[in-house]
Amino acid sequence: MSPSRAAAARKLPDAAPVFAALGDTTRLGLLGRLSADGPLSISHLSEGTGVTRQAITRHLDALEKVGLVQDARRGRERIFSLDAKRLEIARQYLDHVAAQWNAAAARLKAFVEDDHRA
Amino acid sequence: MTAQAQQAQDKPVTDRIETRVEVNAPRSRVWRAVSTAKEFGTWFGAELDGEFAAGATVRGRITSKGYEHLTLDLAVERVEPEHYFSYRWHPYAIDPKVDYSAESRTLVEFRLAELAGGKGTAVTIVESGFDRIPLARRAEAYRMNDKGWAGQTKKLAAYVA
Repeated sequence: MSPSRAAAARKLPDAAPVFAALGDTTRLGLLGRLSADGPLSISHLSEGTGVTRQAITRHLDALEKVGLVQDARRGRERIFSLDAKRLEIARQYLDHVAAQWNAAAARLKAFVEDDHRA
Repeated sequence: MTAQAQQAQDKPVTDRIETRVEVNAPRSRVWRAVSTAKEFGTWFGAELDGEFAAGATVRGRITSKGYEHLTLDLAVERVEPEHYFSYRWHPYAIDPKVDYSAESRTLVEFRLAELAGGKGTAVTIVESGFDRIPLARRAEAYRMNDKGWAGQTKKLAAYVA
């Protein structure tokens, strides 16, 4: 493993929960599309996904519920857009909490191992 | 579908963090460090009054330099000797002027497992429930932490290295 890969692997525990939570491929795809092409209607978001419109709507509703996307009505269509600010705040906060726990876990390890060797 | 994939679908995307550390000591020793208030306080950086027991609320004060004005309340939920310990608290309740008591608390869980070949103990720490913490509070905590924690983290890195 290259040094940069090794460094990335060590950092993985911080990032893993975030990516695990985003690990649903359909939702990740929806966030990706909205990020690149948004705002988009449900019909547009369903195109080429091989997932039903109903399923896409459920995923969008779930994303909306936690504030990662927002929707606006245009005629009979619902147009979704990414609430990038919210995602960014939530992720930065989570990264920060993860960093605190990593530090605490390192202190726990040092505390127990010093005591164990003594 | 794996349990993890299922969880990813069910859980909001910014709700939890997980960290894991391998400790070169027997599980019974690690359990003591996690599940007794005195030892927990020593590595966590807090002075705690009382003992951990299911249903008990243990109050304490942060001892890390610069944070001595902060108190914390740990509401112990479940204690399964040498396996599992959990409590709820207000995460990063860092502004003493704010009353956090009406806000949701997060759940902190410690899981201990023996490593293969008697090589020590794996500790998994999960904190979840962040999506019920108001976004404004999370943004504020980040902002305030950003000023204070940077130096703290460097000190810790130096201490641990």
